[in-house]
Amino acid sequence: MRTRLLSGNEAVALGAWEAGVAVGCGYPGTPSTEILEALSRRPEVYTEWSVNEKVALEVGVGASLAGGRALVTMKHVGVNVAADPLFTASYLGVRAGLVVVTADDPEMHSSQNEQDNRHYAIAAKLPMLEPSDSQEAREFTRLAFELSEAYDTPVFLRMTTRTSHSKSLVAPVPPGAPQPTEQPLARGFVRNPGKYVMIPGNARRRRRIVEDRMAALAEAAENHPANRIELTAEAGRASVGIITSGIPYSYVKEVAPEAAVLKLGLVHPLPRRMIEQFAASVETLYVVEELDPVIETQLRAWGIDCLGKDAFPAIGEFTPAIVAAGLGGTPAHPTKQAGFPVPARRPGLCAGCPHDHVFAELRRKQMIVAGDIGCYSLGVLPPYDAMDTLLDMGASLTMAQGMDVVAPPEQRGRIAAVIGDSTFAHSGITGLLNAVWNGRDGLYIVLDNGTTAMTGMQPNPMSGERLGRSDAPSVDYELLARAFGLPAANFGMVDAYDTAAISEAIDTLADRPGVRLLVVMGLCLIESTKLKKLDKLAGKKAARRQLLALHPIGASHE
Amino acid sequence: MNEPVFNVLMVGVGGQGIVLASDILAEAAALAGHDVKKSEIHGMSRRGGPVFSHVRFGPRVHSAVIDQGRADVILALEPMELLRWAPWAAPEAAACYLATPILPVGVDEYPDDLDAEIARLFDRLVRVELASIRRSVPMKVRNTALLGAASVFVPLGMDSFAEALRALSPRGTYEANQAAFDVGRGLATRQVEELAHVE
Repeated sequence: MRTRLLSGNEAVALGAWEAGVAVGCGYPGTPSTEILEALSRRPEVYTEWSVNEKVALEVGVGASLAGGRALVTMKHVGVNVAADPLFTASYLGVRAGLVVVTADDPEMHSSQNEQDNRHYAIAAKLPMLEPSDSQEAREFTRLAFELSEAYDTPVFLRMTTRTSHSKSLVAPVPPGAPQPTEQPLARGFVRNPGKYVMIPGNARRRRRIVEDRMAALAEAAENHPANRIELTAEAGRASVGIITSGIPYSYVKEVAPEAAVLKLGLVHPLPRRMIEQFAASVETLYVVEELDPVIETQLRAWGIDCLGKDAFPAIGEFTPAIVAAGLGGTPAHPTKQAGFPVPARRPGLCAGCPHDHVFAELRRKQMIVAGDIGCYSLGVLPPYDAMDTLLDMGASLTMAQGMDVVAPPEQRGRIAAVIGDSTFAHSGITGLLNAVWNGRDGLYIVLDNGTTAMTGMQPNPMSGERLGRSDAPSVDYELLARAFGLPAANFGMVDAYDTAAISEAIDTLADRPGVRLLVVMGLCLIESTKLKKLDKLAGKKAARRQLLALHPIGASHE
Repeated sequence: MNEPVFNVLMVGVGGQGIVLASDILAEAAALAGHDVKKSEIHGMSRRGGPVFSHVRFGPRVHSAVIDQGRADVILALEPMELLRWAPWAAPEAAACYLATPILPVGVDEYPDDLDAEIARLFDRLVRVELASIRRSVPMKVRNTALLGAASVFVPLGMDSFAEALRALSPRGTYEANQAAFDVGRGLATRQVEELAHVE
């Protein structure tokens, strides 16, 4: 047994497994994806990719009420999708521990916005733990389950891109199956409608309990093992004191090893007395936090003077140099610089991506393209320049509908929505239903590459596999279109490599009235390599060819 | 004060497979008894974009990220990427790079004096030409050869690298990886000796 190098995400999975987690679910999203992938390698745990984050959280709440610990993972914007169950799950509480991982993305390395999900802990009245490295990620996951059961509440674990994707040493893992210290709960649902059925009368009673719970948690925060004060060697009043948490803590220790530090592991609710005493013991107090001034705002509300966003940026990811500069130091300066500008290297669709033809075609036809999340968002970049909007998961179909309502006639026929298969299943199908129901006109194009490619090849409800790559039913686009009432002539499937067919299909469908669904089938090249290694490629290709043969554009259903 | 930490920055282009090479380096440092942190960004899968991995080791490592002006060694799998990340190098930094350019999408011409510019910036330098390893090193373990070449600048023992290679090489590839590492190490050793001779 020795220490191991684990990523923060692998460490969360390890901590959950050690806590005896029964269910792990979520939706893939950078930087959270590897947590469930690591957990799925533990046969003791039921794991699934859920259809979307809302579904995942609801599965997790159900598992908790039935007596099994549940871990639910998602990226920061995924919490927006799961926000509806989240706020009321706070009122229901838990039976077995329920931990929700939010993986935030300061700097927007792989995201459409930079929201700081600590606000969700405050708004939904839930405790939140935030680790600084992999060992803490493992320990805090376990602490989160204990906190969840002790205070009858779902608990947030906040990761960031840097904690999720950095590797650091983790203490040895004892051999054998995990041994949770607590007595495991008896499995099985126990009726308790006053707690689990949130009609207004019950919700009003639970509302009070939620406030009492947060007050008790605030008291517990004063002595919680995740919060600690690191005093300097110097006697008496320290000149500089720093309150920090998460990855910025590691930068503080790097650039200001002499400073007194209050390290917060439990970032909501905050330990007021601990903070007041610490503030009183230092001459200058800094709050070093990435993104929004969440801790700083609370300190100011308590009348504690500090330097926060006056000294450190509110936008983007910190670096040790940024923290050093904020603390008044002088960071190292670069001494080596190329004597000419280094050309930018933009990401783009992979060379040979089957779906690059579609974008070339949409560009050539001067379409107005409502885009969606995933690899296909790269269609906005040169050489394609073939995407005009990108908002959130599933917004392509629905934004196209809104545009179509008010666009002048010369634009209406040129509006198209483009969405990937995983995103279509996540929240595109509801948009399709909306268009059909409301009698809208629209051309909706699903680019089916047989996987969730951008996040690293996760199966999805359209791909015929589930997490762990066991076989699963895949939704038949044609039957879906029929069930939604699309005329046969308004549905088609084409081969992504058949440029002429794509061009013809877009022309044909663009002129037809009503809702039109075009599925462009082209297996992701990276996924193909993986399928080949698993000896599944030939079968998959044959099945997809068969589907294509069945659905020429404009054919009759019969 | 914090005790000194050794910083290695590994850079390349999306799809070059930098992660395994940096994992091997980090593992070797851990096996040698150091505290280690490693940081990289995946997702967007960096398709075709620049990729990087920070590896830091020493008695106690706090930050997983290397600041500008602090890298002791830069290992680059592409010459322009070495120039892109040059501001991260410490004044006395060494560099090791694969001299084959990969043109970014939409850029038709590369400056033709990349090697000269790199030589101007780095005194301690190993330049690996693809032709010099193409025959002796299979494509799949090329990055391990580059790691072997860079290892001449890294204060870790060969036994630690060998143990890390044994632990992390995909099944059945340890021998090939070790052989590639040794080819790179040998090539770099000769270059460094020649350089010393010239001086």
